[in-house]
Amino acid sequence: MEKRKELTVSAIENGTVIDHIPADSLFKVISTMQIETMDTTITIGNNLDSNRLGKKGIVKISDKYPSIEDMNKIALIAPTARINIIKDYKVSNKQKVEIPDNIVGMFKCMNPKCITNNEKMKTKFAVVEKNGNLQLKCHYCEKHTDQEHFETI
Amino acid sequence: MKNKSLISINDYSPEDYYRILELAEAFEKNPNQNLLEKHVIASLFFEPSTRTRLSFESAISRLGGRIVGFSEASSTSVSKGESLADTIKTVSQYSDLIIMRHPIEGSARYASEVASVPIINAGDGANQHPTQCLLDLYSIKKTQGTLENLNIFLVGDLKYGRTVHSLLMAMSNFNPTFNFISPENLKMPEEYKHFLDKKGIKYYEHEEFTDIISEADIMYVTRVQKERFSDPMEYEKVKNAYVLKREMLINTKPNMKILHPLPRVNEIDTNVDEDPRAYYFQQALNGVYTRMAIMSLILGIK
Ligand SMILES: [Zn+2]
Repeated sequence: MEKRKELTVSAIENGTVIDHIPADSLFKVISTMQIETMDTTITIGNNLDSNRLGKKGIVKISDKYPSIEDMNKIALIAPTARINIIKDYKVSNKQKVEIPDNIVGMFKCMNPKCITNNEKMKTKFAVVEKNGNLQLKCHYCEKHTDQEHFETI
Repeated sequence: MKNKSLISINDYSPEDYYRILELAEAFEKNPNQNLLEKHVIASLFFEPSTRTRLSFESAISRLGGRIVGFSEASSTSVSKGESLADTIKTVSQYSDLIIMRHPIEGSARYASEVASVPIINAGDGANQHPTQCLLDLYSIKKTQGTLENLNIFLVGDLKYGRTVHSLLMAMSNFNPTFNFISPENLKMPEEYKHFLDKKGIKYYEHEEFTDIISEADIMYVTRVQKERFSDPMEYEKVKNAYVLKREMLINTKPNMKILHPLPRVNEIDTNVDEDPRAYYFQQALNGVYTRMAIMSLILGIK
């Protein structure tokens, strides 16, 4: 079993592996992290068998490490994801992503009449619902934006 | 409260509400005091709202304060494309307190983050209008003698009406029972019902006026607007169901009071005005005393 996995998605020497991404969130993770603009080796796999998720996605990025902001973004888009930091082919740090309580300047407020969509400024949200369907409450217009409507800036 | 902006009713605690209401009562007894003599207050109305503006200006004038500002944005630098942040930072230099009304939601919160003086939100789009809510609390306390354990009826557009949402949040501190009367498509949103469930507050939903209104201590009526219906036929069907008429009040409590944020169109029949339960015009006057209290507390002169 282990061997077949190795064949599907090859190991990296140094970098980041984002594993256990729900298959339908993989491309959101890719665009949110702006992986398309990276110039190091990137390996992407999707619809891999997973005991926990049924089908999962995985992203391996050589020689790059995510910022806290990136991890927060992943937590919101793919709460089941695991981020593994790889040093010399070994997992040096394995962490479950955690949904932050507050988010600054990452998503758009879905209310078109919100000041954040009308003035040059950063958005700010409180995460009001962490289980199931994620809900963000805008610090300014107080409207809720749910997971289906997350749009990254 | 000193130097603290008032943006949302949730910014203040029940203790703050009581402080404001007590001071408003003192102003009602003795309205002409020169407490704001040395103050300049900016009144920035980025959209017109004559009623709210006059109420604030009356409150400032009674306290001897001076007013700078505008009553609509079209003749100002705002219409030339100046950002809200720049306008607010500039006006902060000219005044001790800014009262602002703006059509964009969240604008007042943002203004309070860039201003060097406190902001009072006089309405930011469909979001918040906290001074309205405080004058509603004042009207309730004044007529019922208490805010505790009251049966509050909210009638009309409960989905989009910001005044009913603010009132619900504020009153939830005082062990109320709520009754909601609205058309199906304008029901109280789930998030507010969820909030009441969590607090263990009882509420009942109705689609029409029934004998249940005999239990009301306060009936807060809002307008059901035609624009809220995608199907004009639906509006025609329900529009008369939410009009309060004097004959409907026969079995209601003698001390029940009818409130309305005004302007009224036809949701309260004019024959109700003669009934002692009609309170909406006094409610508007209470707005002046409540705003006098809020400004005095924020400026730290009371
Ligand atoms: Zn917003």
